[in-house]
Amino acid sequence: MTRSVTTLVAAALAIVISGVPASAQDSVRLTGSGATFPFPLYSAWFKAFSGKAKTITVDYQGKGSGAGIQDFVNRTVDFAGSDAAMTDEQIAKVPGGVQLLPMTGGEIVISYNLPGNPKSLKLPRDVYPAIFLGKITKWSDPKLKAANPGVTLPDLDITVVRRADSSGTTFVFTSHLAAVSEEWSKGPGAGTTVNWPKSDKFVASPKNDGVTATIKQTPGAIGYVEFAFAKFGKLEMALIQNRAGQYAAPGGEGGQAALASVKLPADLRAWAPDPEGAKAYPIVSYTWMLFYRENKDPKKAAALRQMVEYCLNDGQKTSAAMGYIPLPETVVAAVRKAAASIQ
Amino acid sequence: MIVTPATTGSVSGPPSSWDYVVDRGFRGAAQVSVWLLLLLLASILWAIGGKAMAGIRDYGLAFLTSTTWDVGRQQFGVLPQIWGTLYSSLLALAIGGFFGVAMAIFLTQDFLPPRLSHVFRTIVELLAAIPSVVYGLWGLFVVVPTMRPVAEFLFTYLGFIPFFGSTLSGPGLAPAALVLAIMVLPTVAAVSQDALRLVPYKVKEAAYGMGTTRWEAILKVMLPAASTGIFGALVLGFGRALGETMALAMLIGNSNQISLSLFSPANTLAALLALNFPEAGPREVQILMYAALVLLAITLIVNVLGSLIMARSARRAGAR
Repeated sequence: MTRSVTTLVAAALAIVISGVPASAQDSVRLTGSGATFPFPLYSAWFKAFSGKAKTITVDYQGKGSGAGIQDFVNRTVDFAGSDAAMTDEQIAKVPGGVQLLPMTGGEIVISYNLPGNPKSLKLPRDVYPAIFLGKITKWSDPKLKAANPGVTLPDLDITVVRRADSSGTTFVFTSHLAAVSEEWSKGPGAGTTVNWPKSDKFVASPKNDGVTATIKQTPGAIGYVEFAFAKFGKLEMALIQNRAGQYAAPGGEGGQAALASVKLPADLRAWAPDPEGAKAYPIVSYTWMLFYRENKDPKKAAALRQMVEYCLNDGQKTSAAMGYIPLPETVVAAVRKAAASIQ
Repeated sequence: MIVTPATTGSVSGPPSSWDYVVDRGFRGAAQVSVWLLLLLLASILWAIGGKAMAGIRDYGLAFLTSTTWDVGRQQFGVLPQIWGTLYSSLLALAIGGFFGVAMAIFLTQDFLPPRLSHVFRTIVELLAAIPSVVYGLWGLFVVVPTMRPVAEFLFTYLGFIPFFGSTLSGPGLAPAALVLAIMVLPTVAAVSQDALRLVPYKVKEAAYGMGTTRWEAILKVMLPAASTGIFGALVLGFGRALGETMALAMLIGNSNQISLSLFSPANTLAALLALNFPEAGPREVQILMYAALVLLAITLIVNVLGSLIMARSARRAGAR
């Protein structure tokens, strides 16, 4: 027993000792933490990037946007990921300045579970906020029937499934609802957690996978999840009426059209709570990487710029297949320009 | 301490100075561990209490009686969570406690050949090794769909009783309590078995000798004799139910409402903590720490009450 422990310790020491000089001399190790939403995409990117740029390894931990920002402010990481960018207050805590770079975008879909699996249910702009406010409680509601002629809607209670944990997904979704419905903005409002209506037909599950599983298991359920979870979880996704009055499906060109309609300000921080454009899918958001403008080690700064460049070039080509929205061309150009300020 | 006779030469010889050193050393080590444990508890309380202080100052006791949890408007109250925690744990204890004690009787009172009862015992203990998340998934994919038609039936025909006042849409109190009951079962069963085994065999033989039937011997002699231990098992099980997090977070529906209905979604303190910490801002962390303190206080009260009741019943049994 004692001997095996000693051996283990010795082995661990050997790894540490042999690892240190190697990484200090010829290779750079970048660590990041933060948003879980882009985690699958980021880890695929970083794996490919580390393989290509042999001397750089990138580690990214999906802890959640809030935790990522915390790590970033405390300077325990080289970069962070966040679905909610950073607030001015948080930026002020970082001496030397922060560079926010949007890296990819995501769509949030409204998924449902109905007997007979009717496809592509249409949800008008006055209907889905009312469902999430608990005002429309039956699938056979006349407003739903009027929007979906030819679809048999059962006389079933609507069970709303929401996120139980605080999340960027809820933030984007409630921001959209607040932009669409005055009653929502005065009531629950927008936030990573909000005060949902109290009802027996409102249930909450942890994380995207929890909501996906609960919708799948509950006849008459409706809920919001990120596109990739609905796609790979094989949930039905509703068509949502956008600002122009058109019904837009998630997963197509709609997401990029929506992102392209947003004018990015100089700090590259912008949301699209209710995007314009006839093709736009209405519930979209960017997700950002956060960088220090002043890095202590110029080698690290160079490696970070190289990493960003990879994500903008090769990275954008793989994002659509994984359920994310590739950045519009104009945005790629703006991000590339801004990345130069990582020094 | 076992000291080999070889060092002292004879078993009956006076203790050597080495014996003294070992004896003192052991006593010292034991004392240090106890103090370390107390220190650990104090430091946890200190850390949580310190962080919760600002929240306690601002929200005071109204935190315990208000029902809104609205981060955006900075309104916080945990009454629904306290209610859900106690309600789900009590239900789980009622179900799990009954089956746990019944199982302990079945496995210790010679209903089965010893080898078979050993196998059963191991199986029950295996239940304790299943991770919480697996229980949660099982609940979501098996218990909820099985329970839904039952809930529907009860609501339709007995809906006037407040306990059946709603239908089960997905997650809710009843499936959560049922899964929780299965989770506390191994604890209750294992500790009760130990308690029943500790009753000397002579006691049962004496009862048989007085002409009792098997059931009379078990219910009127064995159970009362082991009652302190069984009660301890129930308190332990209740403590486990109060603190259980992941399975409940997946099954209870996390809805901040107070309802008597078994099929309504509810919320618990542990689920609230687990689900809100990762993305909490500095202000919310203080409030969550306050909620953690409330959970600690509830557990403490339950344990103290449990010990008091046990002490009282022991005294009464002594007086009899």
